[in-house]
Amino acid sequence: MARSNPNAGGGARSRLLGIEAAVLLLALLFLSPFYFVLVNSVKSLGEILVDAASLPKKALFSNYSRVWEIIRFPHALYHTFLITALSVAGIVVLSSMTAYRIVRKPTRFNKVLFFCFIASMTIPFQSVMLQLVRVTSFLELRGNLAGIVVCYFGFGLALSVVLFHGFIKGVPMEIEEAAVVDGCSPYGVFRQIVFPLLKPITITVIILNVLWIWNDYLLPVLIIGSNKDLTTIPLAVTRFFGQYTKQWDLALAGLAMSVTPIVVMFLLLQKHIVEGITTGSIKG
Amino acid sequence: MSLRKRAGEWLQQTVFVGPGLLAFSAVVLVPFLLGFYYSFTEWNGLDLDKAKWIGMDNLHRIFTDDEKFWKSFWFTIKFTAVTVAAANALAFALALALSRKLRTRNALRTVFFLPNVIGGILLGYIWQFIFTKGFKTIGELTGWPTFELPWLGTPNTGFWGLVIVFVWQTAGYMMVIYIAAMVGVPRDLTEAAVIDGAGYWQTVRKVTIPLIMPAVTVCLFLTTSNAFKMFDLNLSLTKGGPGTSTQSLAYNIYAEALVNNRYGLGTAKAMLFFFFVSLIAIAQVWLTKRKEVEA
Repeated sequence: MARSNPNAGGGARSRLLGIEAAVLLLALLFLSPFYFVLVNSVKSLGEILVDAASLPKKALFSNYSRVWEIIRFPHALYHTFLITALSVAGIVVLSSMTAYRIVRKPTRFNKVLFFCFIASMTIPFQSVMLQLVRVTSFLELRGNLAGIVVCYFGFGLALSVVLFHGFIKGVPMEIEEAAVVDGCSPYGVFRQIVFPLLKPITITVIILNVLWIWNDYLLPVLIIGSNKDLTTIPLAVTRFFGQYTKQWDLALAGLAMSVTPIVVMFLLLQKHIVEGITTGSIKG
Repeated sequence: MSLRKRAGEWLQQTVFVGPGLLAFSAVVLVPFLLGFYYSFTEWNGLDLDKAKWIGMDNLHRIFTDDEKFWKSFWFTIKFTAVTVAAANALAFALALALSRKLRTRNALRTVFFLPNVIGGILLGYIWQFIFTKGFKTIGELTGWPTFELPWLGTPNTGFWGLVIVFVWQTAGYMMVIYIAAMVGVPRDLTEAAVIDGAGYWQTVRKVTIPLIMPAVTVCLFLTTSNAFKMFDLNLSLTKGGPGTSTQSLAYNIYAEALVNNRYGLGTAKAMLFFFFVSLIAIAQVWLTKRKEVEA
């Protein structure tokens, strides 16, 4: 470890290369599950069972077309997208408005409310899910699109309000005051002046919520599980595994296509995603 | 304040806070408060509106006659302890390596983070294949006994299977947080340590780690609470099996309610679960506060 040897420059460089090689090797190990999925998704079941490691003798894309039909992939993709988009849009609007009011009018009620949001983040989903089934049945929010979206509003609000709250505290009030003097209504001030300023934290809120809702399983099972017309990707895949046990040829093709949309999104937006996660976890 | 102005304030409060508060109450607040009631009832998923008050029976049963619940409790504790240590050690090592000037640094960060964007359900199914078929092939090719174990077929391999996938999934996330913190460590401090004759590991231990303590706390508690609440992975990778040997607490609650159809008992367990999770959260707040005082 001593840095005082005369070849320090060369030694440091070769040490760096050694580290790079080791980390590269580890990265390959990290990626190996995806190799197994891709390679075996184009084999026949017989070929998979004989040898799951080698490349396919002849790529068989019929697995993909068959499972595409079985899990109704386009249908599931559309509903995952729809539910995620509507929920996240609502969460952004509701939580930014709530946080704005809490920051600008810290009445006793709003302070208590903010505390409730923070405290509620410790409640695990399992601790509310059964009673939620009861409440959503009562409110006729079960089995329909509006219901699942409202549920995501409720569960997504706390963290998003806290994130917006932290950001809005740093937004100077002078601009708003000037707009009020110019005759702008309080709602106009928020929509036209404050909300555009919140863009950086809005991106964080969008990313954190998309990653959660896109992949979520238990809430959709409970709220829309009975309604096959609203099946999302995680539900479709789970249902497939319940019906076709050990059909790995189809299952792997199904997994490969199910994973693709979110992986592509990550690769396109990774800079924002990594930044969003860092801000989200440090503030949240 | 004039009447008109007060009415305006009311309207603003309602417009800005109302819709959010309504959704939050219906979905989180009211169900949570109802939990205290339903914990003391006999209740099932078929007659949702018919819950019968039975007093302490559920709690009594959990504490005296529910071996599986406590087995899943210890399973969860063990799982949390192992994964928190392993995920953070790996994440920290990766962050140290990847905050150096490696040529492939950005690509490598992407790779390690990638598993995290995929949900636990899909990852569990993918790894089910790796453990049962992939490992078998690797075992045949290399002859390494580790790969020839009946993976996921015994309580022990099921446990370690869950640990491996959880660490694989979480490490990249924690790595990102550690890297962000390490970037914030002033260069002149580490350089000064090196000039004073400190070696690499000494600099890491005495300069870097103390300076990134807030990130360490965040990561430790994020992993603790995520591991303690592990569910999706449990469902798709082992289904709690073989038998019920790899049931996490969250899975035990799920099975009690949605498989055995005992909602009342499930709610009672879920409220206990909330109690355990809030202990973790209180510990975090307490530790963070204490650190702030010291600093």
